[in-house]
Amino acid sequence: MVRLENITKIFSKGTIDEKVAIDGLDLHIREGDFVTVIGSNGAGKTTMLNLASGTYGPDAGDIHIDGVRVTTLPEHRRAKYLGRIFQNPLMGTAGSMSIEENLAMADLRGKPRRLCWGVSKARRNHYKQLLKMLDLGLETRLKDSVSLLSGGQRQSLTLLMATLSLPKLLLLDEHTAALDPKTAQKVMDLTEKIVEENHLTTIMVTHNMQMAIRYGNRMIMLHEGRIQFDIEGAEKQTLTVEEVVRKFGAELKDEALLG
Amino acid sequence: MAYGLVALGIVVSFRILAFPDLTVDGSFPLGGAVVARLITEGVPPIYSIFVAVICGFLAGCCTGLLNTRLKINSLLSGILMMTVLYSFNLRIMGRSNIQLLTVKTIFTPLENMDIDRFVPIIAFFFLVAFGIKLLSDLFFRTQLGFAMRATGDNEQMIRTLGVNTDNMTVLGLGISNAFVALSGALVAQDQGFSDVGMGIGMIVAGLASIIIGEALIGIRTVERMTFAAIVGSIIYKFIIALGLRLGLAPTDLKLATGIMVILALGIPAIKKEKEGKLHLRGV
Repeated sequence: MVRLENITKIFSKGTIDEKVAIDGLDLHIREGDFVTVIGSNGAGKTTMLNLASGTYGPDAGDIHIDGVRVTTLPEHRRAKYLGRIFQNPLMGTAGSMSIEENLAMADLRGKPRRLCWGVSKARRNHYKQLLKMLDLGLETRLKDSVSLLSGGQRQSLTLLMATLSLPKLLLLDEHTAALDPKTAQKVMDLTEKIVEENHLTTIMVTHNMQMAIRYGNRMIMLHEGRIQFDIEGAEKQTLTVEEVVRKFGAELKDEALLG
Repeated sequence: MAYGLVALGIVVSFRILAFPDLTVDGSFPLGGAVVARLITEGVPPIYSIFVAVICGFLAGCCTGLLNTRLKINSLLSGILMMTVLYSFNLRIMGRSNIQLLTVKTIFTPLENMDIDRFVPIIAFFFLVAFGIKLLSDLFFRTQLGFAMRATGDNEQMIRTLGVNTDNMTVLGLGISNAFVALSGALVAQDQGFSDVGMGIGMIVAGLASIIIGEALIGIRTVERMTFAAIVGSIIYKFIIALGLRLGLAPTDLKLATGIMVILALGIPAIKKEKEGKLHLRGV
């Protein structure tokens, strides 16, 4: 489904600041996998997502999504395969535009934009149904500007937008980290619900080890640009934070991760 | 009223695309130069205007290409185009100005009407400005228009939704400068001459117009923004006319306009307010 083959990414190549962010990484994700990714700061988590989504290309290696080699495709041409949510709730939506306009834009993910009406009547009803599911009262505020929404509401809307056209791969980049604990929990529950209902193949980067253990069917830990461990299935179900710390505590000099 | 079109163009570049486009000072006289040359060559005014609009569109696209393909800073791209257009305009006209008083222009039929010249011409400009405003409002409600607005609002987001934001920027700047060139083409015919220097300070005057309009009307929707541009440009002209009547020397006009814009943009900073600050990319 998604294959990262022998990927290397080096920043500031050839200078004294040279940093090998990803070092010969191999990862094969099967259809329907929900992979959580942990690792301390600088382990290469976000770099990995950026490579998958095409923010920049790798220095070596190949990336395939759904059988298509996307290694050299720019971000906007990879869009039809991907849905992505960032940590910052402001990044996933256009604040000056209305809720329905944002959804309509997401509806056309990876498709050409034409000179026809931006929001169609039929789709508007569909958006209402989806927003109702969020249970945030947004279904009556279709024409409201997104800048009026709270961080949690915006992130929930982003989640809807990222999954609206059922991407082949959903990328979650610490998407609940900027929210207060209660809202974060709500957004996370919603994420799980949407991912399960639609069998979305998902990669979720998180700083919270409990979350990484609790959600998903597979968990990988990155360290210095390589996969330190890769646990799935029953073994992951019984995993505890203490166990991970005992085994890999030395690499995890990161308080936040242990929280 | 004619300057309302300049303000509309600036709304598209500054407000919608968040692109500080300075091409305007060159594309305005470009519109004038193209119609002046073509009309004196015997081309019917309406076709001349059409060609002028296309030229403005292309000039805007060039600025966009400098910025997106060659990665030249947005402000510098505009300044470069503005400078290049100065030579272009001189080449098109063959000299620094062309008079249009003795030839047939788009306004000749209106002037031959049995009423004061002033009335039908104002009505004409009014129709054109509102026509263009309505067309832009419609455009910004389409899928393509959404993509363009999102390019100015959140470039990263709309790129992850599969839109080539570089193309959107080029197209948007083209549209913006097409409006400006249309304005230049009409103004040249109205005042009876085209001059290579007629665009100087146009960007600042346009900015002043949209700032005035937005203060009164707000920017909550695109329709409001475009309406604000037109209303603002009318009020701006009134303020200038009032200033002149109160004894302001015509030579000090640009200074007065500049101070107006500095105050409007500076007051929020002095008051340490974040709201109302113009959000621009690449500055």
